[in-house]
Amino acid sequence: MSLISVFDVIGPNMVGPSSSHTAGAASVALMAQKLFQKEIKEVVFTLYGSFAKTYRGHGTDRALVGGIMGFDTDDLRIRDSFQIAQERGLKYHFEKNTVEDEVHPNTVDICMTGKDGSVMTVRGVSVGGGKIKIVRMNGVNVEFTGEYSTLVVIQNDKPGVVAHITTCLSQVNANIAFMRLFREEKGARAYTIVESDEKIPEEVLTHIRKNPNVEDLILIQI
Amino acid sequence: MDFNSGRSLLEICDREKMPIYEVMRRREQFLKEITREECDRKMKKALDIMKNSVHESLEQPVKSVGGLIGGEAKKVRDHRREGKAICGEVLSRAISHSMAVLELNASMGLIVAAPTAGSSGVVPGLLLALQEVYDFTDQEILNALYTAGAVGYLLMRNASVAGAEAGCQAEVGAASAMAAAASVELFGGTAAQCLDAASTALANLLGLVCDPIAGLVEAPCQSRNAIGVSNALTCAEISLSGVKQLIPFDEMVETMYRVGRRIPFELRETALGGCAATPTGCAKQCEIFQNREK
Repeated sequence: MSLISVFDVIGPNMVGPSSSHTAGAASVALMAQKLFQKEIKEVVFTLYGSFAKTYRGHGTDRALVGGIMGFDTDDLRIRDSFQIAQERGLKYHFEKNTVEDEVHPNTVDICMTGKDGSVMTVRGVSVGGGKIKIVRMNGVNVEFTGEYSTLVVIQNDKPGVVAHITTCLSQVNANIAFMRLFREEKGARAYTIVESDEKIPEEVLTHIRKNPNVEDLILIQI
Repeated sequence: MDFNSGRSLLEICDREKMPIYEVMRRREQFLKEITREECDRKMKKALDIMKNSVHESLEQPVKSVGGLIGGEAKKVRDHRREGKAICGEVLSRAISHSMAVLELNASMGLIVAAPTAGSSGVVPGLLLALQEVYDFTDQEILNALYTAGAVGYLLMRNASVAGAEAGCQAEVGAASAMAAAASVELFGGTAAQCLDAASTALANLLGLVCDPIAGLVEAPCQSRNAIGVSNALTCAEISLSGVKQLIPFDEMVETMYRVGRRIPFELRETALGGCAATPTGCAKQCEIFQNREK
């Protein structure tokens, strides 16, 4: 559990009406587009549980579209996000999944298609009070909050990759708060998630990329 | 400087000869590795949003997204301006302020969750009413917000502030406890008196259910925020008079959580019980959903 800040209590500063259904939704989408790192042409949101039932009354839909366009929880443009998306030529679509009940009630799958045709799907959960978790990326179960500087390494599940990552991080003197490895199956694609209290020096990306088993890198700074 | 209970907070206050807000601010500085000025600047931003949020819907009342509320705060304000308020200046202002924040929140306006969006009217409602009537400086209000934050942090850490988990007692109840402690702080009460007021505020709202009509953060949320400020002011008055609370804050937090977990599912933000399940509540829900389908 991460430590509770006074600004988790007196905050977040947010567009209403609900910290879990509005602010949390915006944060999940904001994180998804940061992970994707590309200009988005089209996005499909699949809503589960309580999100699926009450999304309109809580402005969850407008918050999600706002987040995808980079609006933070306190950005009043969230109110008009549908119109802004239309002006920007961003296509969006909502689907409801009321069948699957094995998920947290405030869950959304965000499937983003870039202008270059690439696709990424991110599953996020709004866990209450505006706090969120990313729990799946492209079908692989992961877990991180985005409250820390986060480095995502997409790699082949081969020996030595993790050791290579930690060596690179220690070379740039980055202090690791959490580090975890997630994979779908043995020998397939794996995700290493590194979280740090401070900014992770960007030069580390060049070093990590040198390992042939590293496919892609995503760095989100706080 | 970190603490995990009301008891350990009071120990630090006693040992370091510091008020609650100073302990909470230093904890935050350590946690985020920021200076005192940076910390206060962030809190000032929250205060600025709060100040706007108690006024915006008075100037331009708008209907909420669900259409259940809109314009109520202005009515209470106008009633006071006509000299008809029966609650007195502070409480009447605190009531209309808290209701105004909920109106703004329900129409997708900018607010500060404190600790949640559904209870966001209580802390600014009372503190800003006190500032207007007693001329507290912004710095004094900032300090009071750290005190409120300390109480809210302990509730988040050791219980819950989610209506879906522990009912409205965990949202408006928590906000009321935060506002009560912050008010005692403003009037020079001791750290122990702050937590006594918070404990009483929790006790008074123990068992309060979360039953929003149509599942929306509108009604009865708006008037519940008004009872949150009234309760906080009452508890602050009792504590500042020197009356001690029998049950320590930590025990009250724990029992609030236990009670909350025993509140039936229907009465924890599911819109299946309480006000939401009254014939009128159900009819309103049908109306809202039918309008949407059109």
